[in-house]
Amino acid sequence: MTPEADEMVAVELAINGKPTHLVVRPDETLLFVLRDSIGLTGTKGACLEGECGSCTLLLNGAPVNSCLVLAAQVHGGRVETIEGLAHGDKLHVLQRKFIESGAAQCGYCTPGLIMAAKALLDETPNPDEETFFRGMEGNICRCTGYTSICEAIRGAAREWSR
Amino acid sequence: MTLVRTLLVNGQRHTLAVEPFDTLLDVLRDKLNLTGAKKACNVGDCGACTVLVDGRPVNSCLVLAVEVEGRPITTIEGLGEMREGVRELEPLQKAFVHEGGIQCGYCTPGMVMAATALLSRNPKPTTDEIKNALAGNLCRCTGYAGIVRAVQRCENYRDDGTCAAKRDGAHVPGRISRESAAEPGRYRSVGESLPRIDAVDKVTGRALYTADIRLPGMIYGKILGSTIAHGTIRRIDVSRAAALDGVLAVITGADVPDTTYGVSPARYDEHVLAKQKVRHVGDPVAAVAAIDERTAERAVALIDVEYDELPAVLDVFEATADGAPLVHERYARNIGTEVHQHFGDVDAAFARCDHVREEVFTGNHIYQCPLEPHAAIARWDSDGTLVLYTSTQAPHYVQYMLAHVFHIPVGRVRVIRPAVGGGFGGKAATTPLDLCAAVLSRKTGRPVTMRYSREEMFHYGRGRHKQHMTFKLGVDRDGRIQAFSSEIYLDGGAYSSFGVATAYYAGSMIPTLYHIPNYKYDGYRVMTNKPACGAMRGHGVPQPRFAFECLLNMIADDLSIDPVEIRRRNAMDPNTRTVNDMDIQSCEFRATLDAVEKKSGWRSKYGRLPPGRGIGIGCGGFVSGAGYCIYRGQVQLSHEKGPEPFQKHSIFPHANAIVKISEDGMAAVCMIGAAEIGQGSDTVLAQICAESLGIPVSRVRMRSEDSDISPIDLGAYSSRVTLMGGHAVSRAAAAVVEMLRPYAAKLLGCESSEVRARDGKMFVEGDASRSVDWAEAARKYFNENGPLVGSGCYKPPDGLGGDYKGATVGTSPAYSFGSAVCEVSVDLETGKVRVERFTDYHDCGTPINPQAVHGQVEGAIVMTAGETIMEDVQFDAKGRILNPNLHGYLMMSIKDAPEIFSDLVDSYEPRGPFGAKEIGEGATLPVLGAVAHAIANATGVWIKDLPITPEKILAALRERQRTTDVPAAAAVGTA
Repeated sequence: MTPEADEMVAVELAINGKPTHLVVRPDETLLFVLRDSIGLTGTKGACLEGECGSCTLLLNGAPVNSCLVLAAQVHGGRVETIEGLAHGDKLHVLQRKFIESGAAQCGYCTPGLIMAAKALLDETPNPDEETFFRGMEGNICRCTGYTSICEAIRGAAREWSR
Repeated sequence: MTLVRTLLVNGQRHTLAVEPFDTLLDVLRDKLNLTGAKKACNVGDCGACTVLVDGRPVNSCLVLAVEVEGRPITTIEGLGEMREGVRELEPLQKAFVHEGGIQCGYCTPGMVMAATALLSRNPKPTTDEIKNALAGNLCRCTGYAGIVRAVQRCENYRDDGTCAAKRDGAHVPGRISRESAAEPGRYRSVGESLPRIDAVDKVTGRALYTADIRLPGMIYGKILGSTIAHGTIRRIDVSRAAALDGVLAVITGADVPDTTYGVSPARYDEHVLAKQKVRHVGDPVAAVAAIDERTAERAVALIDVEYDELPAVLDVFEATADGAPLVHERYARNIGTEVHQHFGDVDAAFARCDHVREEVFTGNHIYQCPLEPHAAIARWDSDGTLVLYTSTQAPHYVQYMLAHVFHIPVGRVRVIRPAVGGGFGGKAATTPLDLCAAVLSRKTGRPVTMRYSREEMFHYGRGRHKQHMTFKLGVDRDGRIQAFSSEIYLDGGAYSSFGVATAYYAGSMIPTLYHIPNYKYDGYRVMTNKPACGAMRGHGVPQPRFAFECLLNMIADDLSIDPVEIRRRNAMDPNTRTVNDMDIQSCEFRATLDAVEKKSGWRSKYGRLPPGRGIGIGCGGFVSGAGYCIYRGQVQLSHEKGPEPFQKHSIFPHANAIVKISEDGMAAVCMIGAAEIGQGSDTVLAQICAESLGIPVSRVRMRSEDSDISPIDLGAYSSRVTLMGGHAVSRAAAAVVEMLRPYAAKLLGCESSEVRARDGKMFVEGDASRSVDWAEAARKYFNENGPLVGSGCYKPPDGLGGDYKGATVGTSPAYSFGSAVCEVSVDLETGKVRVERFTDYHDCGTPINPQAVHGQVEGAIVMTAGETIMEDVQFDAKGRILNPNLHGYLMMSIKDAPEIFSDLVDSYEPRGPFGAKEIGEGATLPVLGAVAHAIANATGVWIKDLPITPEKILAALRERQRTTDVPAAAAVGTA
C-alpha cells in the first residue's frame, strides 16, 4: 500500500546534533526510521515490542525503547544514538570500560546497554544497588551473564564521579 | 525552507522532504538511494545523469526536484520488466552488454536512458538520428563505436536473448593467431569476444562506484585551494568556518604530517596541505569535514587566507630564464629532471646524411577527463587500520603512499577500489583527496567521503605535460634513418608527480618503432606555477611520437618517397635490441603497415584527393608493462629502507594472484589486486583463469577490489595488466590444476601426468571419453586436504634495459606496434576539421578478448583525435584555468567521432600469456601524427603546434597565401 502524500508527516529533529528533516509515515517507529531511512544501524531491533532494550537510545536525554516510539511523535526532539557517543577517535568512558571488562560478546545488546547506562549515570553518577538495577533491568543480554556488564558500568561510574 | 513533495519514480510514489534547491539528481542519489544516475559534471555538459521525465530525457543535475512533483520519472533502475522476481534486461541493455557499448560504465546509465527515449519515439533510427539523440552524452572510453552499434542492433536482442543475429554483425575481426591456427579449438575462453563480466551491473545501474557508497555515520569533506599561483601563506583564519553549524573539523597545513609525498621517491615534493608556500591556483591549503556536502562547501568559503604573493612562472621558457623565481628552492633554474642520453655518434651521422631536417613542435596541456570524478572514503578501524575506498587505478601505490605519509606499516593500510569510471593515468597517483579524507577521518572518528568537482579534476587531475620539442632527423637518399636528435622541454607544473618517468619516456620510446642507429635525447622537465602534470595514456610519448611522425612525413615528401614506404624501410624487426637497449621480441610492425595501406585504399587516395580532403598516416607502439617498480627495494616503508643500489632485477613480483576453489568445486575465486578501471582487466583475467583451470568463465569470480583479500598487483598503468596480471593468474590456476592431477588420475585410473583439464572436465590426454567432472576431483581434494588454493606471481625478466642513467624507463617484457590511417575533410574557408575515418591495424600479440581490444582502439582513436584537434587547457595571466569544465574544455562527442575500422595482425608474443601483449596505451600513439598528416594533406600546411585548431589552420593558410602564390592544398603529399 502506498500512502498518499497528505498522510505523511514532516518531522524535524536533531540526531546526534545534526538537524534533520524527515517525512515519515504515521506508523513508522523511530527505530525503523533511524535504521532504514537514515542508515544509523548501531541501534538494534531484537523484539520490536519493548521487551529487550536493544533499541535503547536517548530522547531528550531520557532512555526510550525506540521500537515503541513513533517517529512522528518526536518532532522537535533531540535524539542521541550509540553513533554519537565517541568524540573523534576518543571513546566514551562507557565504551572503554565495556572493552576492558569484556562486556561485549556478540555485541547485539551492547548499543542499547551502553545508552541505558549512559542515561543512568547522567542522572545518577554514583548509583546505589537499587537505582543501578532499576536503570539496567530493561536490557537483556544472552551471552555475558551480566557480570562483566555490571563491572563495566560500575567502573565507568567510578571514573565518572571522580 | 524544507518542503514535502511526492515524486513518482519508476512507478513508485516517494513522499519526502526536499529543499527548494535540491536537484533531482541529488534527491535520487542521496534520498532515494538510486545511484544509477551519475554526477560527473553537475552542470549539464556530460549527460551522465540523464533520466526520463514524462518519457523525455533530462539532465537531472539541471532539474530541481520540486519542479517534477507528480510527473513520471524513470531511472536506469526502472528499466526492464519484472519477471519472476528478476528484472529482465531490455533489448537495448543486452545490446550494450554484447556490442562493446560499455567500458568503465560511468556514462552508461545516461547513455541508455537517452537511447531509450530515442527508441520510444523512433524505433528504427538512422545512424545520424542516433548521434543526434546522444550528442549530449559524453563517453571517454569507447569512442562511441560500441554505443552506436548497440543502439543500431538492439532489435537483434529482442525476445530470446541468445542473440543469434548478433554474431553475424558483431565486429570481432582478428581472432586468428598462430597457435589457434595450428590447432583450431585449442582454447575455450582465451581468444573469445566475451562480454565484460561487469557489463550487466553497469547497464542496470547496480555497479557501485566510490561516490555511490554510503557508510553509516559518513560525513563529507571539501578542500580549499589557493586562489593565487605563487605565494606564501601569511595567515589562515578558520574560526568562521569552524563555527558554522554542522562543521566537524577544519584542518590546515599545521594539522597534516610533515612528510612530503609524491610518486618518484627522489622527488617527494608535496605536502597534504600547503605548509607555507602555495605553488599553483588550487594548491590545497585547508580542508573541512561537515555533516553534508553543502555545509562543507559553505564552510570552505568561510576560511580566510591571506597570502604574500610572489611572481609566478607560467611557461617553461620563463621558468628557465636567468633570475626566474623558483617554484621549489631545491630545483635550480626550475629544472626538476634533466635527461641526457646519447647513443652512437649523432653529429658524425648527421654529417653523412643526404637529407637532414629540423623542426620545432609544441604539444598541448590536456586532461584525462574520466567521466567519474575522483572520489574517496577514509575510515580508521578500531585496530588502527586505515581503510580507504578510492577510485584509483594503482591501489598498491596509494596504499604505499598512505603508509608513507602517516608513518604506519603498509600492512596497516587497506585500500578498497570500487568500480572505477575511467582513469587514463589521472587516477594513478595518490591525490590530496585521499590524504585529506584520511586526516579528517582520524580527527573526527567518522568515515569521511570526498569527491572532486569537475573543476577540481582539472586542478588535481595530473594532466598531460605540454612538451616543447626541437627534433632533427637525418636520412640517406633512400630515406633510411641515420641519426635523430631531440631536445624537449616538458612543462611539469608545480610538483613532480610522475614527471620524472614522463621525461624519460619522452625519449625512450622513440627508437622502439624504427631503427635509429644514432640517437640523442636531451630532456628538461620544468616546474611552473600551474597544476602538476603526471601520467596520461601513452605516458610522455604521444607528443614526441606526433612530432616524429610529422617530421618523418615531411622528409618523405622532401624526398618524394611514399610515407608508408619510408616507414617500411625503417621499421623495427622482431628480436632486436634497440640502440637504447630495449629488448624487443615479437614485432609485426611491417604487417600493420601493409594491412593499413591496403585496407584504407592508401595508394588510390594519397596525393589524389581534392583540396580540403586529406589522408595521413601515423604509427606508434608502447610497453606492455614497465620493467621496474616505481620504488626500489622491498614492499616496506620508504624511511625504513636502507640505501639500496639499483639492481637489474625486480625485488618482488609485480603481479600476484590466488585462485581459491569453492568446497563443492563449482566456483573459482580469482584474487588479484589488478585495478579494473573500465579497460576490462577483470574480464580478461577471468578468461585467462578459466582457460588455465579448464573450466567455463561463468564459474570464475574476480575479487580484485580489496587489498585485504587480493595480493599486490602494481596497478593499471604502463599497459601492464594483461601481460603481468595474466601470467600471475595463469600460474595460480595452473598450480590448482597441478594439485588436482593426482585426484583426477586416481578417479580416471591413469598417471597424473596424463591428466588434462578442459570444459569443466578432467580427462586422459588423447582420450577425452575417459573423463571425470572437474568439480568431483576438486571435492576429492578438499575432503582429504582442506582448501584448494593455488597462487602464482610474475616478475619481469632480469636484466631488462641498459646501464646508462634512466635506462629502466621504457624497459618492458614486450612492445606493441600499430599503424593508423586517418582521413579528414577541412573547410578551407573556416579551418574546421572533420575527422572522417580511421583505419587501424595493431600488433597486440594474440588477443585474449578481441572485442575488448577493439574497444580500446576505438576509444583511443576518439580520445586522441580530440586531443589532436580540440583539447587544450588554457590559463590566464594569473595562472587560473580558463576552461575547467566540459563545455570549455572540448572532448569529442558522438557527433565528432570518426568512423573506425580496427583490426589486428597475426602475432604471438613469447613473453606474454597466451601470446598476448598490450593495447590500451599503444593505440593512442599513431593517432596524433595520422590526424596532423591528414590535415596537412588536405590543406597544404603543416601545423606543428597542438591542438590543430581552425584558427591555426586559417592563420597558416593566410600566411602561405601572403608569402607564396601556391594555391591551397598543393604542397603536402602531392609531389
